[in-house]
Amino acid sequence: MTSQPWVAPARHSPRAATPRRPRIGVVKFASCDGCQLTLLDLEDELLAIAERVDVVEFAEATSRRSAGPFDVLFVEGSISTEEQAEEIARLRAVSTRLITIGACATAGGIQAIRNWFDHDAIRSAVYPQSEFVESLAMARPVADFVAVDGELRGCPISPAQLREFLIALVTGRRPQLPDEAVCLECKRRGVVCVAVAKGLPCLGPVTRTGCGAICPAYGRGCYGCFGPREAANTASLAAWFSDDRSAHEVARLFSGFTAWSGPFRTQIDAHGGPPGPGEPKLERPDA
Amino acid sequence: MHDTGLPTGTSGDLVVDIAGLTRVEGEGSLRLRVRNGAVEEAHLEIFEAPRYFERLVVGRTPDEVIDIVARICGICPVAYQMTAVHAFEQGLGIPIDPQVRALRRLLYCGEWIESHALHVYLLHLPDFLGYASALELARDHRAAVEAGLNLKKAGNRIVELIGGRAIHPVSVRVGGFSRTFLKTEITSLREPLAAALEIALATVDLVAGLVPPDFQREARMVALRHPTEYPMNEGRIVSTDGLDLAPTDWLSEFQEGQVAWSHALQARSRDGRPYLVGPGSRLTLAADQLHPTAAAALARTGLAGEIRTNPYRSIVARAIELVDAVAEALDIVEAYQPPDRAATPWTPGPCTAAWATEAPRGMIFHAYALDERGFIADARIVPPTSQNQAAIEADLTIFAPQVLGLPSDQATHRIEQLIRSYDPCISCATHFLQLHVEDVG
Repeated sequence: MTSQPWVAPARHSPRAATPRRPRIGVVKFASCDGCQLTLLDLEDELLAIAERVDVVEFAEATSRRSAGPFDVLFVEGSISTEEQAEEIARLRAVSTRLITIGACATAGGIQAIRNWFDHDAIRSAVYPQSEFVESLAMARPVADFVAVDGELRGCPISPAQLREFLIALVTGRRPQLPDEAVCLECKRRGVVCVAVAKGLPCLGPVTRTGCGAICPAYGRGCYGCFGPREAANTASLAAWFSDDRSAHEVARLFSGFTAWSGPFRTQIDAHGGPPGPGEPKLERPDA
Repeated sequence: MHDTGLPTGTSGDLVVDIAGLTRVEGEGSLRLRVRNGAVEEAHLEIFEAPRYFERLVVGRTPDEVIDIVARICGICPVAYQMTAVHAFEQGLGIPIDPQVRALRRLLYCGEWIESHALHVYLLHLPDFLGYASALELARDHRAAVEAGLNLKKAGNRIVELIGGRAIHPVSVRVGGFSRTFLKTEITSLREPLAAALEIALATVDLVAGLVPPDFQREARMVALRHPTEYPMNEGRIVSTDGLDLAPTDWLSEFQEGQVAWSHALQARSRDGRPYLVGPGSRLTLAADQLHPTAAAALARTGLAGEIRTNPYRSIVARAIELVDAVAEALDIVEAYQPPDRAATPWTPGPCTAAWATEAPRGMIFHAYALDERGFIADARIVPPTSQNQAAIEADLTIFAPQVLGLPSDQATHRIEQLIRSYDPCISCATHFLQLHVEDVG
């Protein structure tokens, strides 16, 4: 995360006599809308937040539109088309703080699995007239295109982390977003380790916390929504997985919603790549 | 990029662009081509980038697919998970414990409540009352918006309890769930749901009193129909013109394809006819299966006929379904007994798997081919909005001429309001393409 202040100083200061409310934008690229929906899911705080900030662009929620400038711009989704690459550059230029939200924006998302494969083959397998489908050869995180000032991880982002971020924003302090492993949160929650007790493959030791360790708490292994934590030892975990699994299975375990992030990608590559796109078997849509 | 307006073309032609539809899920726009006052073409344009989900699931296990397809839509992940899990259980012949079935219906009720409350209060109601958003609506009608948010929260609470989190829940597994639920956990939902039922009933009164634009048409409607319950997880595919298919057999009647004047995939009957799915279709085809509380609420409105013929009345249909989902959720909570085990054990293997369920915004269909080892070899995923697109365009062709004489901002507003009536979910529509529109010439 950046060491710069989270809200531009002086005229934006909450301590000023008549503080200007920060201008907030929420935009999306290739994604499911779930991370921006998390904002609307803050049912208890939403109206109070709306009084403290000026939501000037949020197409899913309001018909008022703005092309900028933004004090803080929340960006959902991966960059997957040429048009999106141009638009994120424009948005960067009119945003004081650009914050990526969710696995698509921070790591490429599940659609980044296609980055390992031939784009044209995938495109023509889904669309009968694929020449009319515009997309870049890869679906990539926003930070591959423009500078990013901060990020909220997760697929989807955590409501608690979003709440913490927004409180930090309106009070002018840095948000407290831990970088520890899911394992620590899992222990604090009092969950029996699913890897040790049940032998389930779990990405908890290498995945950043924030979700509340819900997968182990619900009886299954972590699948890495929040992406690798700092200094994640994925090689060690992959070696442990390999004790009783094929390389193909090990690669699959890392091929989730943050597969394109460095430490996970390394293990996918070391174990033969993600599950392949194959050839169509069912009847296709009409051309 | 964000401008709206009605630029006049040459020689009596008019091209209407509404660029950047708002208060819908995902990104889209509308282009109408008008000649001598008649709409020649109405095209919903979708700029949502393709994500190729049908290929992303290949080589995965059925349980991994349940996690992946949720990401097609952050608003209705449960619909994708339910359709996939039922398809796999149908294909592999896995029997399901009745209490697991009840929990799945409860989970689906949670998503219906969350999605419908979002649409009614945050996306659609501002249109009827003349506001740009629910946040602005709240300045004058705070109590109403707070009630809507509380209703939405009750739905999220169900999904959070059963699924671990409100968006992209983690517990749905082939054969059942990843864990069991104590009776006390489930009954913790009783109080919030009882409060939500009061709000849902008040919502019906609120939206039934809204004055919709005058618009009547007879659409061909398609929904699931179940012999003993309002359609959600199960039922046969039926239509207002006599269709009656197993939920596995969508492809025998329907197909997606590209139409001559655009390059968008749209689902239609194989003979080319469009059809409409969603709350209006469900109420038209299955109102007799509503929960008694919801049936009474519908009767009080006296609007069953208008819900069928005027798409602007879909907000009433959603409110009735909110009552139904909350009342059914309460019944499930009261009757719940923990199953003996979280999931039925099963063995991976080859099969073809297919199923249809009712997402909040309409019927959704999945088909999968599983290879010898039980991995996904291929997939077809047909979201509700892909099915509705042709019917929406047909409705716009009928409706638009009567508002084109209005000042451009009013005409734009009326048309956008109509599009919102179908609750289009563009993120869902995995294979919507950007349309190519011919010049009027």
